[in-house]
Amino acid sequence: MADFLQTLMTALAIGSLYALIALGYTMVYGVLKFINFAHSDIVVLGAWLSYSFAIRALPLVGLDAHNPATPPPIWMTAGIFVAVLALCSLAGFLIERLAYRPLRRAPRLNVLITAIGVSLLLQNVGQLDFVFGASPQKMPALLPNWELLRIPFGQGESIRYVVLPLIDCIIFAVSGLLMLALELLIFRSKFGTALRAVSFNTDFAALMGIPVDRAISLTFMLGSALAGAAGFLYVLKFPSMNQPAHSVWVLLGLKAFVAAVVGGIGNVRGAVLGGFIIAFVEQFGAYYISSNYRDVYVFSLLILILLIKPTGLLGSPVREKV
Amino acid sequence: MSASDVLIEPTSHGVNILKSAAPILVGIALAVGIQFLLPSTVGPYYSRLVIDAGIAMILAVSLNIVNGMTGQFSIGHAGFMTIGAYTAGSITFYSSLLIWGTAAKHGSFLGSGEWMFVIACLCGGITASIAGFVVGLPSLRLRGDYLAIVTLGFGEILRVVLQQTGKVVDNAETIRNAPLTTFATVPVGGAIGFDGIPKYTSLFWVYAFLAITVIFAYRLKRSSFGRAMLSVREDEIAAQAMGINTSRQKLLAFITAAFFAGVGGGLLAHESGVIISPKDAGFQRSFDYVIMTVLGGRGSITGVMLAAILLSALPEVLRDFERYRIIIYAALLIFMMLSRPQGLFGIHEIWDFFPKSWKTLPWKKSPREEAR
Repeated sequence: MADFLQTLMTALAIGSLYALIALGYTMVYGVLKFINFAHSDIVVLGAWLSYSFAIRALPLVGLDAHNPATPPPIWMTAGIFVAVLALCSLAGFLIERLAYRPLRRAPRLNVLITAIGVSLLLQNVGQLDFVFGASPQKMPALLPNWELLRIPFGQGESIRYVVLPLIDCIIFAVSGLLMLALELLIFRSKFGTALRAVSFNTDFAALMGIPVDRAISLTFMLGSALAGAAGFLYVLKFPSMNQPAHSVWVLLGLKAFVAAVVGGIGNVRGAVLGGFIIAFVEQFGAYYISSNYRDVYVFSLLILILLIKPTGLLGSPVREKV
Repeated sequence: MSASDVLIEPTSHGVNILKSAAPILVGIALAVGIQFLLPSTVGPYYSRLVIDAGIAMILAVSLNIVNGMTGQFSIGHAGFMTIGAYTAGSITFYSSLLIWGTAAKHGSFLGSGEWMFVIACLCGGITASIAGFVVGLPSLRLRGDYLAIVTLGFGEILRVVLQQTGKVVDNAETIRNAPLTTFATVPVGGAIGFDGIPKYTSLFWVYAFLAITVIFAYRLKRSSFGRAMLSVREDEIAAQAMGINTSRQKLLAFITAAFFAGVGGGLLAHESGVIISPKDAGFQRSFDYVIMTVLGGRGSITGVMLAAILLSALPEVLRDFERYRIIIYAALLIFMMLSRPQGLFGIHEIWDFFPKSWKTLPWKKSPREEAR
């Protein structure tokens, strides 16, 4: 019971991270109909930017940057978070403007290849010495190391505790708020209506006077901000950071992408659902079966779901015309 | 006069067989030439580069059958290559141990060890094509990006599964006495990779297999069968409406492409200085071949070959800028997509760009003259 609850809570935290990243994939896919392979690199950018900011900001309040005794004041953590969001959305804007916009009318395969190129470029520029470097780092703690809950299970020697750390709660709360804000933005605002119109049919949306280019730019900025947030939260939960081109980051991005597909790519609520499903399958599979095969569960689930319902769980079937 | 009499063609069959085998014979003769002339003229370093380029060409041309000709975007090609490599590698490794007691290279050029290696490569191709059939099955239901994701998932699953395999057993006595459970864990090296495979890959074998691959791909492209594949690429629903069995075309494209990829993997596994490891199955290596196909032009066999040569030479040219190598590579790729999205040659072959007068050999009459 204790193990089950603990796995459940980890799965919820990781699931909300996957959902945050998956939202970016799904929004870009919904509007431009291509897989933005460079999206996972925005997550990495967010993670490494938070590290760089933290390292420079902590000495300002008199803390040891690499090994702070106490967490910095909350305004500083929040400031780093906002700065990361801003820079990541700027990066998303630039990528769309420079690499994808010239290819708006090109075949999807070419855009896909360009995305792979952008991804390789970002990874390897990030590895350069004067950018982030190619060695792993340890993220300093920006939040107090509290345990919000500590529930005992069992008696005497076999007593087990279910621990809910603050960081899991923060991840859950922040990503929940961001998702709610996105939901409101897409389904309740004028911009969201424009976005959905562009997603439905770009040409008709343009005819109706919707500024298509601006809508697409904003999609990229929103998606990249969510990815940056995910990167920030990810390194707070898992402080040992791998180098920017490490396969761990690539896999994180791939799993989030799988989440978007499982939920039905192009569908915002599907991305959130998929994120949680993927995290549950991964965490429970890793705990109850074998942690060696955690990637296998994720990709097998993907193939299974695509075979049963090719457009994902919440995706709508595509009508094909000759 | 019955109907069957009319259908019999008067030409002799012997001439036809010779005519159709001629390109392959020429290819094999060229491969022998490369094997014996190249190392003495350019030295071992460049010979090695030529081997690498040859293997890259085999893989890119085979991927072109799926991605270029049939239009089924697959990013799991390195998975087929790795299956071939592991199968071929374990066949030569363990048979050499059992037959000769050592996994070292046995016999010289075309010696007994080399024939075993060729058979192992073909077995690798066959296993890969079985995997190609399995991976191709979803293509009957999925198209476009979804298929790409499934093939990507296949490569990643394969990578994780290969990481869980057992340690290599490199002693003949141990194998003879080992209980069957040793082989239940599939002793091919786990996460560190399969090392110690005898090094048989030579210029001759790479270019002989390349000749077969290219001639096969070219003939396929020109056949009614290949035309059906091209029609699937252009418009699947229209092709279906014209009576083409699109499912069969797609599956067969996957099977043949996987076969040649498996053979290429076998060659790669036996190349000196190469350890086959699980991460070869991952999607990063698959991207290399996808990029070659796209740069060359989808469906253009010569274009893809040229792109494979360029992209395997580029890392060596940029060796001094090791740190910036992949950055330049990625920037080139983006630039290429922005400036010439159809790839180097588009759907054309290299000779489509030659002047018309080159196409008819001087001693041959042009069709117009013949008609006169």
